[in-house]
Amino acid sequence: MAKYSLKINGKTQQIDVDPSTPILWVLRDHLNLPGTKFGCGMAMCGACTVHLDGNAVRSCSLPVSAVGKSSITTIEGLSAKADHPVQKAWLEHDVAQCGYCQSGQIMSASALLKSNPNPTDEEIDAYMSGNICRCGTYLRIKEAIKTAAKK
Amino acid sequence: MQTQSRRSFLKASALSGGGFMLGISFLSSFKPLGKPLEATQITNLPLDFNEINGFVKITADNIIKIMSPNPEGGQGVKTSMPMIVAEELDVDFSKIIIEQADLDTKHFTRQFIGGSQAIHQGWQSLRTAGATARQMLREAAAKTWNVPVEEISTELGVLYHKNSGKSAKYGDMATAAAQIPVPKDVKLKNVKDFKIIGKSKRNVDLEKIVTGKPLFGIDTRKEGMLIAMIVHPPAMGLKFKAIQNDAAIKKMKGIKDVFHIKIFNDGYERTFFDTNQFNEVVAIVGNSTWEVMQAKKALKIDWQEAEAYAENRNMMGRKTVLNIPAGLENSADHATKFAERMAQGGTVRRKDGDIETAFKNATKVIERTYNVPFLAHNCMEPMNFFAHVTDEKAELSGPLQKPEFTEQALSARLGMPLEKIDIKMTRLGGGFGRRSYAHWLIEAALVSQKVKAPVKLIYTREDDMTAGIYRPSYSAKYRAALDVNNNLIGFHVKVGGMPQSPLAANRFPAGAIDNYLAEDFMIDTNITVGSYRAPHSNFMAAAEQSFLDEIAEAVGKDPITFRLDLLKRAKENPVGKNNDYEPERFAKVLELVKEKSNWESIKTSKKLGFSAYFCHDSYAAHILDLEMKEGSPIINKVWCAIDCGIVVNPTAAKNMAEGGIVDALGAAMYGKMSFTKGVPDVNNFHNYRMIRHNEAPKQIEIHFVENTIDPTGMGEPAYPPVYAALANALYKATGKRLYNQPFGESL
Ligand code: FES
Ligand code: FES
Repeated sequence: MAKYSLKINGKTQQIDVDPSTPILWVLRDHLNLPGTKFGCGMAMCGACTVHLDGNAVRSCSLPVSAVGKSSITTIEGLSAKADHPVQKAWLEHDVAQCGYCQSGQIMSASALLKSNPNPTDEEIDAYMSGNICRCGTYLRIKEAIKTAAKK
Repeated sequence: MQTQSRRSFLKASALSGGGFMLGISFLSSFKPLGKPLEATQITNLPLDFNEINGFVKITADNIIKIMSPNPEGGQGVKTSMPMIVAEELDVDFSKIIIEQADLDTKHFTRQFIGGSQAIHQGWQSLRTAGATARQMLREAAAKTWNVPVEEISTELGVLYHKNSGKSAKYGDMATAAAQIPVPKDVKLKNVKDFKIIGKSKRNVDLEKIVTGKPLFGIDTRKEGMLIAMIVHPPAMGLKFKAIQNDAAIKKMKGIKDVFHIKIFNDGYERTFFDTNQFNEVVAIVGNSTWEVMQAKKALKIDWQEAEAYAENRNMMGRKTVLNIPAGLENSADHATKFAERMAQGGTVRRKDGDIETAFKNATKVIERTYNVPFLAHNCMEPMNFFAHVTDEKAELSGPLQKPEFTEQALSARLGMPLEKIDIKMTRLGGGFGRRSYAHWLIEAALVSQKVKAPVKLIYTREDDMTAGIYRPSYSAKYRAALDVNNNLIGFHVKVGGMPQSPLAANRFPAGAIDNYLAEDFMIDTNITVGSYRAPHSNFMAAAEQSFLDEIAEAVGKDPITFRLDLLKRAKENPVGKNNDYEPERFAKVLELVKEKSNWESIKTSKKLGFSAYFCHDSYAAHILDLEMKEGSPIINKVWCAIDCGIVVNPTAAKNMAEGGIVDALGAAMYGKMSFTKGVPDVNNFHNYRMIRHNEAPKQIEIHFVENTIDPTGMGEPAYPPVYAALANALYKATGKRLYNQPFGESL
């Protein structure tokens, strides 16, 4: 076990866990932030996507010991009132079906738009293809990303 | 079942703080479609016609609440069912509160997902409930104001008496309405006056979803809760023998206990939903998920080969025996078995005319065989459940599709009466049939009982994918006899499944061909199977619609015209009596998709695949346009036409259809569960390929046939025709007919 001080959603949090513990489980089990989802545990589905200093990372494969001073943003910290342009676009396009993959999709999409405010369809496909949606909402996700890009 | 009187399915009561509640037992008025009920429908019958399974509540301070009884897993019932009530009640949909009901077998019936039936069967009763509540409010107002009830009108939750200028909110009259006897007959709205039904309403949980609120079972968190995981045998056909290193495991950091559990007792008569691949598993319990995952990796277990056995099944009195063979099976051997059985006769399910003579007289015979592997469900939320079992009671919560049946199985296993079991339903992170088989719920309960603590049991993705219960593997041989004028004079289908047959013998093209034979067979396996998104139909549609495409080509006809001609025949001069589709409605979806896609003007310039299918009482037809790029298909567009009767919530229905198309394309191209010596060859998303953003169609256009027919299935019907639309388009693009799924392997 080791003590870590993590910057999450603008707050500094202390935890005492095994250094190998992935951020996903730190968030879900220790910090009561269950919006970040478990899908595969091997960086293949994107359900666990969070931002590390603004970049999308798969939290299931990021050990707590590797975070250092970087700041983490989760779906709970993306906006105060569901008013991030990406969230608003998701509402506008009624994107979700079961909804389970969507926090990961939103975190990937918001990171994409931050680095590339006007992505082409191909760029959206390339960036988002790490996020699986078993319900098949890909077309709505793409439309929502384009709507958010305009804002 | 016949329509019940309204009295028996609606019950009014006063609320303690003022206001009233109208309870609904909405199945009691569900009407059969003029066909005998099938076994699957029989399981849906209410336990007691007088029980309530949904409600409308109006408090004195004008809070209007509608209870949604069914579990929500992305099909949108939590939004669409209340929409139906709200329509007849005449309220502002944006102002009402919608709640998910808990499992309550005393008050609810058919509280589950499956077979695309929720809206279909709830339609009449939900409408009647809304209309009855409105009528009672009107009568209460008439009494209070001392005017004839006919003069009371309503608009968006307000009662008006135009002549006197009086008005009152529903809440103002709710207490008085509780005193009004439930009217026997109420008039339902004319379909053309609908204001809510048919207008898109956003998913009621969407804001919670986009902000990451804990809606799912896996998000459950309770005081003192431990985390549990299971380890199941590594191969189908193996069973538990002994734990080698439990002492060492228990010493690991954060680990509380490791032990063996047996899910169903020997001799227990199972319902259809009590399937499990491994009846004995090892459970590990600890403080946190990661610690338990580490212990799981370190755990050493001895396994042994399981013997063959017969499993007794009892589904509401319908008894069957399932024979489960011993052995470690290989997918390669499955193919051989299918081929061997295909060469023998099957069980005849339907025979019209004289099939032997038709084939003898044929100038041309076309014969093709189609094969598909097992498929995993891969719900994005892995299987999980929360349980807290004490001597006094069992409290559970999580995602499941058949709570009513699972509760009974749990009651039998714990030896605890139903009254002491409380199951709360969370939103499902996908279901697709997999969550109908809730062995993990019982596992969670047994673990909690053993460790005497609240427990959340979670499957890893690997556990989830390799725990059995797949879409069955199937094989079908189709034969067509053509005469000298290229008329289709004989049609023969023989189909087998492992271990279930997918045949629906009375579906199209039965009824359209004079000489027709449908037969099937089953092959035993120890690989467990279960519901899927239209499991049987998606294979039958894939094979049949690919085959019809080939026949159309052989006779030199346009593929849509070819099918329309068959449907015309089925309508004007049907062969046989039990054809289970309506040719006219079927033909309409073909015509609609043809018109919307501009088929005639694009059919030679583009690589198009056509396919259509009827199942779950609904009709769907697709046209798919693709091109090949570096050996892979780029799907430019899919046009889809659906007839599912009245569309309650268009945005949700379209979302379901789009999702069904994307999902089916993924399964057709990449889906495959195969086995080597009983061990699944794939176990996570690095080797089980799922369709991804870049592989989805660039565009999907959904068109609904506009009619005033009561709603029929919507969750599944768009799915089955996709496979053949893809195969037929791939043929156009590559010149190669594809007979074996996944298609990606033969491109
Ligand atoms: S759970 Fe991290 S990518 Fe799947
Ligand atoms: S909405 Fe269900 S997995 Fe994406």
